[in-house]
Amino acid sequence: MDTSICAETVYLTGHGDAEIEMYVARPQTDERRGGMVFIHHLPGYDRETKEFVRRAADAGYDAACPNLYSRVGRDVSPDDAAAKVRADGGVADEQVMGDVRAAVDHLRGLPSSNGKVAVIGHCSGGRQTFLAAATLPIDAAIVCYGGLIVGETPPQLPSMVPLLDRAPDIGCPVLGLFGNDDQFPTPAQVDEIDKALTDAGKAHEFHRYDGAGHAFFSPDRTAYRVEAALDGWDRIWTFVGTQLAG
Amino acid sequence: MCTYVTETMPVAGSAKGPTGWIRVTDASVYFDHPVHATADHTLNIDLRRPADGPAARVGVELTADSARALAESILRVLAQSAGHGAA
Repeated sequence: MDTSICAETVYLTGHGDAEIEMYVARPQTDERRGGMVFIHHLPGYDRETKEFVRRAADAGYDAACPNLYSRVGRDVSPDDAAAKVRADGGVADEQVMGDVRAAVDHLRGLPSSNGKVAVIGHCSGGRQTFLAAATLPIDAAIVCYGGLIVGETPPQLPSMVPLLDRAPDIGCPVLGLFGNDDQFPTPAQVDEIDKALTDAGKAHEFHRYDGAGHAFFSPDRTAYRVEAALDGWDRIWTFVGTQLAG
Repeated sequence: MCTYVTETMPVAGSAKGPTGWIRVTDASVYFDHPVHATADHTLNIDLRRPADGPAARVGVELTADSARALAESILRVLAQSAGHGAA
């Protein structure tokens, strides 16, 4: 079995005709396959998210992560870019959706594409994935402990508006993965998201892990919970295996 | 937890980074995932000079206990220095 992948940086046109950077990893085989767009978390376009992208390629998908902070500059380190974006109040949802749409279109345009693309995000990226499911023509959405889908907008990050009222606009199946020790979102907030999707008649499945809090997928952090993370990855591969089948 | 709680403010002073001293003009204070520290979440401080670009920054990531002790120490030292320009 050939498990070769190729990982590289590409440049494409994002929201507002801006040039954006994107990390792409692809299996080096010829069969047609689905794509996965990763939305990085608020701390930025970091090594951890790029590792997720390579993991998806290793699992057989064309995977990509657009740098939502590309406009800060090409040669700026991800942590410096994140510090600037945070100080400036975050990135507007409209711009994020424009950049994610460009990433989705890029993957659909690859010769290996079967036309189907999922969006996945952790933390703030989980929130933006929920919005992508309500905004963009995608085939599946994976929300990993998305904060502020429900709740109050932090005064210093006005871009983080709650999204629960967008549940009726969701256009694809949603997989949600949450830790029961998390405070952003709390288990009660996850209940609210679950109910909003149920009330709107949207296909979704939520899995919630005891003994896991926020960022339980992050192997370099003390928040990592191996049982939750490995079960979560299994759920992700099962979900996209169904939703992105050609 | 990903609190998104961030405060920003103008500051006056200097900070030393790997390329030398920066005359800082802005600070961000937030509690979130660190880039480098090993705690799940840390109190993070960015001392910045945005006019010189995003890399003109000295970042600090402290555990909550360390940050609290540092903040109390700063206030204690300033109080003890009242009358010496720290009032």
